[in-house]
Amino acid sequence: MIASLRRNPLAVIALIAVSAVLLWLMAHQAALKPGATFWLGVLVLWALIWIGNDALSGLSTASPVAARLRNLAVPAIFGVTLLLLWQLVVKGFGIPLVLLPAPSDIWAKLITSLPTLKADFIQTFLRAVLPGWIIGSLAGFLVAILCDAWGFLKRGLLPLGNLFAALPIVGVAPIMVMWFGFDWQSKVAVVVIMTFFPMLVNAVTGLQAAGALERDLMRSYGASYLDTLLKLRLPAAMPFIFNALKINSTLALIGAIVAEFFGTPIVGMGFRISTEVGRLGLDMVWAEIAVAAIAGSAFYGVIALVERAVTFWHPSYRARKGS
Amino acid sequence: MAAASVIEARELSLTFETADGPVYALSKVNLTVQDGDFVSFIGPSGCGKTTLLRVIADLEQASEGHISVNGMKPDEARRKRAYGYVFQAPALYPWRTIERNVALPLEIMGFSAAERAERIARNLDLVNLKGFEKKFPWQLSGGMQQRVSIARALAVDPKLLLMDEPFGALDEIVRDKLNQQLLELWGRTKKTVVFVTHSIPEAVFLSTHIVVMSPRPGRIIDVIETKFPKDRTLDIRETPEFLKVAHRVREGLRQGHSYDD
Amino acid sequence: MTLAATRSRPSLAGAFAHGSTLPVTIIVLIVIVVWYLAAIPMNRVLSEPLIAAAGGGLGNTLSISWSLPRPVLPAPHQVLIELWNTVFIVAPWRPKSLLYHCWVTLSSTLLGFILGTLLGVGLAIAIVHVKALSRSLMPWIIASQTIPILAIAPMVIVVLGSIGLTGLLPKSLISMYLCFFPVTIGMVKGLASPDPMQLDLMRTYNASTAQVLWKLRWPAALPFLFASLKVAIAIALVGAIVGELPTGAQAGIGARLLNGSYYGQTQQIWAALVAAAVMSSGLVWLVGFIERRVALAMGGRP
Repeated sequence: MIASLRRNPLAVIALIAVSAVLLWLMAHQAALKPGATFWLGVLVLWALIWIGNDALSGLSTASPVAARLRNLAVPAIFGVTLLLLWQLVVKGFGIPLVLLPAPSDIWAKLITSLPTLKADFIQTFLRAVLPGWIIGSLAGFLVAILCDAWGFLKRGLLPLGNLFAALPIVGVAPIMVMWFGFDWQSKVAVVVIMTFFPMLVNAVTGLQAAGALERDLMRSYGASYLDTLLKLRLPAAMPFIFNALKINSTLALIGAIVAEFFGTPIVGMGFRISTEVGRLGLDMVWAEIAVAAIAGSAFYGVIALVERAVTFWHPSYRARKGS
Repeated sequence: MAAASVIEARELSLTFETADGPVYALSKVNLTVQDGDFVSFIGPSGCGKTTLLRVIADLEQASEGHISVNGMKPDEARRKRAYGYVFQAPALYPWRTIERNVALPLEIMGFSAAERAERIARNLDLVNLKGFEKKFPWQLSGGMQQRVSIARALAVDPKLLLMDEPFGALDEIVRDKLNQQLLELWGRTKKTVVFVTHSIPEAVFLSTHIVVMSPRPGRIIDVIETKFPKDRTLDIRETPEFLKVAHRVREGLRQGHSYDD
Repeated sequence: MTLAATRSRPSLAGAFAHGSTLPVTIIVLIVIVVWYLAAIPMNRVLSEPLIAAAGGGLGNTLSISWSLPRPVLPAPHQVLIELWNTVFIVAPWRPKSLLYHCWVTLSSTLLGFILGTLLGVGLAIAIVHVKALSRSLMPWIIASQTIPILAIAPMVIVVLGSIGLTGLLPKSLISMYLCFFPVTIGMVKGLASPDPMQLDLMRTYNASTAQVLWKLRWPAALPFLFASLKVAIAIALVGAIVGELPTGAQAGIGARLLNGSYYGQTQQIWAALVAAAVMSSGLVWLVGFIERRVALAMGGRP
């Protein structure tokens, strides 16, 4: 069946679309405590979508646009199906809100609490994550340059940096709260400490990444240290630096949210999560997590886009294009 | 009666669909390989010589035409493990010792431990690598590693040995030596060998039949039979007969090129 | 000692120019000196009245700044004393002992790490073999790395608590959740790392999928697995610590941090931090040690 589907993209798309719409309609009926036939239908539809998606993912196409579309559609369909099943199971089995809210509940909560979510977002993301991420990464980068210029510092700091990069640094959060108070300053401090070491370690590695041949070439031109740094070694280090920036984007969010568990004014994503958990307002917790997820992915995505523009020459992009 | 044909290809074609349009890797190839032959495929890159070997091994499937290996379809032959394959690189597993590398196909095909030990010893001896059983691949030179991969291919005792530029990555001196050893091995074991190369002297020295191929589309333009004695040495490369055959191969290759440059 | 460690160049000047033991030692010393100096102004608010009462002077300033009961920044030796007291003086099964808390956190870390590794490896094997799964699941797994997963820790603890699951398991589940991402990503890469030639070789042997997995993909993936495990075990510890924060857990490193911050017991926080650091580097070292052993057994160059 899958083999014959593979030769017919239209049939595949029709199969998925029809099954998904039916599942969507069933999701609206789920609250009526349906019987066994209903669940059998759900299983069949799920299986049909899976078969369709499997066929879709196996479709071979010579056109790169179609391939790109397929690579986007397959995970999207998977995600939407998962959401629908989540909705169906929660509503159908009457799972209480305090255990797991349905996507529709989360959505409803999300759009009715936009002002709160916005305030939390500003407090946590704009006031703590972004400044901390910028300061921490910049500091790590500058120290890496210092290390690079002064070998003694590198040999002294790099082993320590590697050690610290693997430590549970979130643990400093209570100390920072003690030192810098409950407001965003202490969160920035935690984020700075968390993002400093990954950038240091990566940037130092990156600055050594330029090949010996290229370095000899620069030497043969009689280039100064600064010339070599700006024209050869920094560009060569860019993939490493962006790698650190991406790691740091995730760490920064984690740091800021966890730091809020240790004390905060009555606003912020971590604060909201911990208090709403205490009040068993799980729909609000999930709404907050959704915001955090979107903010986190967008943050990461922007960095990835900038990376692509800056390090377009790197082999990993050429390889990705080919596949 | 003529010897049984090991490989028989009729009007064999293979087209790859790519984003830039179809690539005709093989076009209407006809080929017969008899039992005990040493056949070389020679030609410039893109002429389909490796592709043809891979079709024989069922690593690629032909789009049109007919091919049989030992009288079977290639995938049947592969399932019956009818051939040994030697790649361009040794492709040894770095985490296995030399003897366990040779043991790999034997393990997969379910040979007993005693049988495995006997075959490992015999085949490592055959490629002059006795005493290296416990070494790991990185402790051996490139030429020795390629000999291990030949021993590995021979371990299952296939009647047919398929070799894809096995010595391409080695330097000329090592290559000469291995060519001679391969020839001795072929003489002793009476296997059928199909050998892909882009070196004219190598092809002429080793083969009973030289298949000259040409690109765009990949096709056979000449099959040259040589009449050198089985126990030939490297010295025959200086003989007029050798130079004559080499010249004919070169002419064939040049012809194949004439209308695309 | 520093000289002995710089094997090839036994002179002091050589150690200064090439080894890393001496630079590390010097930088650590600088940090300690700065730490002691910083403790004076940082504790000023607390120490000033005491110093004035004692009659002032440099001696009093130093001794009081470095021995406050609840300092803003404890001096290094205060942290060491706290460590000594809670590690060696108190019996390890008593809740006052730091070792007891370490064990609580360590046990959930290890359980979560094992579960997460199993899940991650299983998922990777499925993804490598089922194309539809790799196309539909992989993008989500990668995307989920950009999400602050730790944010859900409190919820997981509370939700599981409300259905009767408390103690070790909920914390382990958080560690597991954090662990399996790096393991899956690494193992998908590793299981797909054999080059086409080696896969072709297996095909010429007509090897079954299980044989290819066991004889080729798995050994080829081991270096990737260990690289992931080092990340995973460190992050599992973070997960266990954060998992102890939200519910006001009574035991564990996280609970020590939280209690310390409630009651202003700075030495306790610092001691817990040091303990976490020691555990983390110990665990990472242990994985690295096993990795080297395995690499050696698999014919890696010494």
